Amino acid sequence: MSVRIYVPADSAALALGADDVAGAIAREAARRGVAIELVRNGTRGLLYLEPLVEVDTPDGRIGFGNVDEGDVAALFNAGFHQGASTHRLALGLVERIPYLARQTRLTFARCGITDPLSLDDYVAHGGYRGLHQAVAMTGADIVAAVTASGLRGRGGAAFPTGIKWNTVLRAPGHQKYIVCNADEGDSGTFADRIVMESDPFVLIEGMTIAGLAVGATRGFIYVRSEYPHAIAALNHAIQAATRAGLLGPNVAGSGRAFELEVRKGAGAYICGEETALLESIEGKRGVVRAKPPLPALAGLFGQPTVINNVLSLASVPIILDQGAQYYQDFGMGRSRGTLPVQLAGNIKHGGLIELAFGATLREILYDYGGGSASGRPIKAVQVGGPLGAYLPESQWDTPLDYEAFASLWAVLGHGGIVVHDDSADMAHLARYAMEFCAVESCGKCTPCRIGSTRGVEVIDKIRAGDERPKQVILLRSLCDTMLNGSLCAMGGMTPYPVLSALNHFPQDFGQVAGDELAA
Amino acid sequence: MQSHDTTDAARVIGEILGLHAQHGVLGQDALLPVLHAIQDRLGFIPPDAVEGLAQAFNLSRAEVHGVITFYHFFKTTPPARCTVQVCRAEACQSMGGDALLSHARQALGCELHGHSADGGFALEPVYCLGQCATAPAIMINDAVHARVTPARFDTLLAKVATTKEAA
Repeated sequence: MSVRIYVPADSAALALGADDVAGAIAREAARRGVAIELVRNGTRGLLYLEPLVEVDTPDGRIGFGNVDEGDVAALFNAGFHQGASTHRLALGLVERIPYLARQTRLTFARCGITDPLSLDDYVAHGGYRGLHQAVAMTGADIVAAVTASGLRGRGGAAFPTGIKWNTVLRAPGHQKYIVCNADEGDSGTFADRIVMESDPFVLIEGMTIAGLAVGATRGFIYVRSEYPHAIAALNHAIQAATRAGLLGPNVAGSGRAFELEVRKGAGAYICGEETALLESIEGKRGVVRAKPPLPALAGLFGQPTVINNVLSLASVPIILDQGAQYYQDFGMGRSRGTLPVQLAGNIKHGGLIELAFGATLREILYDYGGGSASGRPIKAVQVGGPLGAYLPESQWDTPLDYEAFASLWAVLGHGGIVVHDDSADMAHLARYAMEFCAVESCGKCTPCRIGSTRGVEVIDKIRAGDERPKQVILLRSLCDTMLNGSLCAMGGMTPYPVLSALNHFPQDFGQVAGDELAA
Repeated sequence: MQSHDTTDAARVIGEILGLHAQHGVLGQDALLPVLHAIQDRLGFIPPDAVEGLAQAFNLSRAEVHGVITFYHFFKTTPPARCTVQVCRAEACQSMGGDALLSHARQALGCELHGHSADGGFALEPVYCLGQCATAPAIMINDAVHARVTPARFDTLLAKVATTKEAA
């Protein structure tokens, strides 16, 4: 009987040599006459262990972490293919690794377990049960279920998904659209990428349910060009779903149509802003639109459009499958369900940690993350992407909850966390935030376009000690203008990293205690 | 693989436009897919293609030029034999991304947005490759590499150099 061996084909594993490992395993097995079935699964999200090779045994799947192609012969010598967990890279049963065992996998239930490109595998692991529920419901009932689940936009803005859908459902329009924002450009985020590469059908199913809910017959997934593997996986999965009658003119025998298409971005960060993204799909420069009108009323091609992040849409199937109450039972306050925390940067155990809302940053950093990768003290963590605030240690007991973060003048956003150790220069990072805004601004509004360039100059003067107290006043005034005068979050939130760095780490800006008050 | 011959380029672009027209009509929303297809085939978007594209899409040349130049991904000059993109975003910075970039500049003998002296390598910044938990990351042509130390950078580059010579 052949042994089933899993080697992830997620791009995180590929970037660490997974293809070479898979090749070496196939060669070594052939050389030794061992019959194996090599499955290219997705990632479990335990990225610090990639490439994470797993072997099927009667007791479950056993893992071997950080496998290099040079380790393969020794793994065979140690009998890894016979279920022996004696090699130095052995981790025992993967499901029992505390990092994974302590998570609540709802949206990411199948990631790393299945072959992402196999529709049969998806269905065998509970896939498409949500759609089959939805087919038997009215659009209004689907929207009501999503509203009752408490799901809020996972892209960062945390707007209630059901309310957005309801607006589109009630909007008049001859052609409505579902658009998935998969332009995951924020540093420290990779959960969208993992869904698309490791479980693409869940996104497709979520979008199909959205289409049935609001009466949209066409959908687009806008994926950034930096994610070629995600694009390939989605295209493959769309074809498979279409062949199976789960997309197309008669979705799952419902008599209703839903067609889906992938659109590739072209390296513009601003296209992660929803209206710039719509412009880009329309074939234009990715310039932000003024709101109103809301995209829900006049979105893609001027028609009513649901535009949601990957994770929001990928959370819909389980809500329809298990019921709104099941999802709503996880979480705290007005933050319901689970948040896929993405732990990244200078951290020992970086990866995807899906948890009910409410865990603290400190638990994430130390219980899961194991402290910094460098072994030095952690100095600051940036939560919510390049437009999120830097949090000093005094704020790490904050629970992961949208409102708790907002009360600190910070953002939980999409749950991306980037860790910096004590070698980080916060003034340098503040300057970077302004520089990034200058590079990526769409140019439509002045505070963002010009303010970011002036911001770089002012921070340079502060760092050079050129009339520092005056420049600090100027920087605060500039941030105030950007915060209140920008058209979208690009200019409007760049002050979050800048001012949080300045407020919490004034010494990095050459300010001594007491200066702060004078400024 | 890549042809920079003008007439050949025109033929390729004509083919691509034909593939993207629906019932003989090119909607503006096909512009980005067409530009991607052109760059996939030719390696870049020749500036002298702008006029033909404008005609095909019933847009002004300024509009087509505006779209091409808005997006960092689109190139208007032939690419180097090998493009090395170094991630500049926060997560990679926290893991020595700045030092890695300095090393890359030294190894290739050029600055960001520049070419190595022999023209074989281009060095570009990129903002996030989605490998933030295994930083720092780089991309060499189409392949992403994570946890890149200066030593691993040299190994990867040497590998590319030998495969390119063999090809």
